[in-house]
Amino acid sequence: MNVHEYQAKQIFAKYGVPTPKGIMAESVDAAVEAAKELGGPIWVVKAQIHAGGRGLGGGVKLAKSLEEVRELSDEILGMTLVTHQTGPEGKLVQKLYIEDGADIKDEFYLSVVLDRKLEMPLIMASTEGGMNIEDVAENTPEKIITVPVDPAIGFQGFHGRELAFGLGITDKAEQKNIISFAQKLFKLYMENDAEMIEINPLVRTGSGEFLALDGKMGFDNSALGRQPEIAAMRDLSEEDADEVEAAKYGLSYVALDGEIGCMVNGAGLAMGTMDTINHMGGTPANFLDVGGSANAETVAKGFEIILKNPNVKAIFVNIFGGIVRCDRIANGIIEATKITDVNVPVIVRLDGTNAAEAAEILKGANIANLIVGDDLGDGAAKAVEAAAKA
Amino acid sequence: MSILVNKDSKVIVQGFTGKEGTFHAEQCIAYGTNIVGGVTPNKGGQEHLGQPVFNTVSEAVKATGATVSMIFVPPAFVGDAVMEAAEAGIELAVIITEGAPVKDMQMAKAHATKHGMMTIGPNCPGVITAEECKIGIMPGMIFKKGNVGLISKSGTLTYEGANQVCNEGYGITTAVGIGGDPIIGLSYKQILPMFEADPETEAIVMIGEIGGDLEIQAAKLIKEQITKPVVAFIAGQTAPKGKTMGHAGAIVSGSAGTAAEKMAALEAVGVKVVVSPAEIGKAIKEVLSKKA
Repeated sequence: MNVHEYQAKQIFAKYGVPTPKGIMAESVDAAVEAAKELGGPIWVVKAQIHAGGRGLGGGVKLAKSLEEVRELSDEILGMTLVTHQTGPEGKLVQKLYIEDGADIKDEFYLSVVLDRKLEMPLIMASTEGGMNIEDVAENTPEKIITVPVDPAIGFQGFHGRELAFGLGITDKAEQKNIISFAQKLFKLYMENDAEMIEINPLVRTGSGEFLALDGKMGFDNSALGRQPEIAAMRDLSEEDADEVEAAKYGLSYVALDGEIGCMVNGAGLAMGTMDTINHMGGTPANFLDVGGSANAETVAKGFEIILKNPNVKAIFVNIFGGIVRCDRIANGIIEATKITDVNVPVIVRLDGTNAAEAAEILKGANIANLIVGDDLGDGAAKAVEAAAKA
Repeated sequence: MSILVNKDSKVIVQGFTGKEGTFHAEQCIAYGTNIVGGVTPNKGGQEHLGQPVFNTVSEAVKATGATVSMIFVPPAFVGDAVMEAAEAGIELAVIITEGAPVKDMQMAKAHATKHGMMTIGPNCPGVITAEECKIGIMPGMIFKKGNVGLISKSGTLTYEGANQVCNEGYGITTAVGIGGDPIIGLSYKQILPMFEADPETEAIVMIGEIGGDLEIQAAKLIKEQITKPVVAFIAGQTAPKGKTMGHAGAIVSGSAGTAAEKMAALEAVGVKVVVSPAEIGKAIKEVLSKKA
């Protein structure tokens, strides 16, 4: 789960990680009020969306008067912001963050992420702040410093020294500031079950302080149960409505731009099914994993979500039952045909637990449009053929 | 022969009396797994599925001599359960539970390693030595005994692969579902050499997916250590690019971890890479008949 910049900065503030002062606003008037409260003389008006590259897309602007705050807020609020991370459709700006302007001497990059190879958190830093860090990694990898921190020992003095010297920070007071900054950041990373924190840029001010000018945070979804304050920060309007709806029923759904709807159990087999369809000349319309606890209701819901997509010309149900019982899936298909108008061919391949019972159930139900696939290859081929004919 | 577990392995179940634990332990017993007891705090002294229940893993190990634990506890307790098993002297913990917090697994795996305990999973179907010992949730009936070792990140692709191998008239020595979480226990790097050393295993099916770089590491290892034929499938060739907001993670794990990159790395070291999981069975037939 991701949060907005203003929310990440609330968490930073709680842990004493320095940030410029700022206030979130959901209307132009509120933005001007916020600016008055902050006092000025300069402010930054920032679009709050879950994507990077907001500045380049025109979603972050400097205001030198309250009138400018009003003008810029009016311009940014309600705009559809397109960045390299939003996709071409962009994202609607519904919230602003009005922030004090900072005295910027120079810019750094700082992040904490999970290093899957080392199996521990890693602090990454660079003197190349404000740049696209992927480009820095590609072109000048020597400018990225990495400091893994074993949670069993926590953030030690040497971690801080590696970071400070690595960034070429020689002033002793500044060294103390950056080390304290990183230490607090690591603490909040661990205590909040964060998946990643990225501060780009981290700025050094004229007086040698370090400030988080931006803040991105992502959290481990599996840990949200024990992080109620974080879970409450979820902004559903930033997520795909169909995916959210599907998740309510334990379904994992991602829309794609092809023609064959897919309903599969298990993420690996779901991807493998998409790959097979593609290999046979068809195009998958979605990824859908019905999960381990699939029943008639969830299967029916899955059909409903798949059929919302007008591009779908056939549906391929591919189940290899382990914990999922094929008879339940078969009943779900029958249920779905009663509730929803399934007006495209449905190719069904059921194998594994209770597959024989499932075959009997489907045979007895006599559903028009239903085609049986003998195995994965056969089912995928029939689905591609059916979609091509439609 | 087989790897990791066999009919003599003494297995306990952590989370024995819960709904999932009960259902799957029952299936494992029916398959022939030597389940010698289980652990559920505050239910020690009771009997469940004909086996003794203990309050702690250490009591269970002392009383039964178990060396393997199958873990079904709820996600929030997985880290705790794994560390308890490690300190109690369990040699292999198979973690079935899905949704354990990543931070807990970091700590638990480090602790397991310190105590010399191997882990499989979490979020995996488990491990099965065909017709001897099933520790997990896979449908046992599709795993016929044979000469092919199987290792997979995905549960249902494990079943798909095993089923095709058996339909071609071959069978499985041991199949291991290693799980698809960011932090997992045993992986290709540890399991491929086990199959290489196992005299009954003549060929290996390796199923991976996008993300991370375990398959790339496996390719390096195959080049250096594996002489048996390997058939591989990497799921997610057509998956859309990650929608994650942050990009920091991708840098650490090297280049993007795409299917194409992994397939090329495996092909370069002589692995037979198939483009669809529907071709796993045929590919095994091809490599084994070539060998004969």
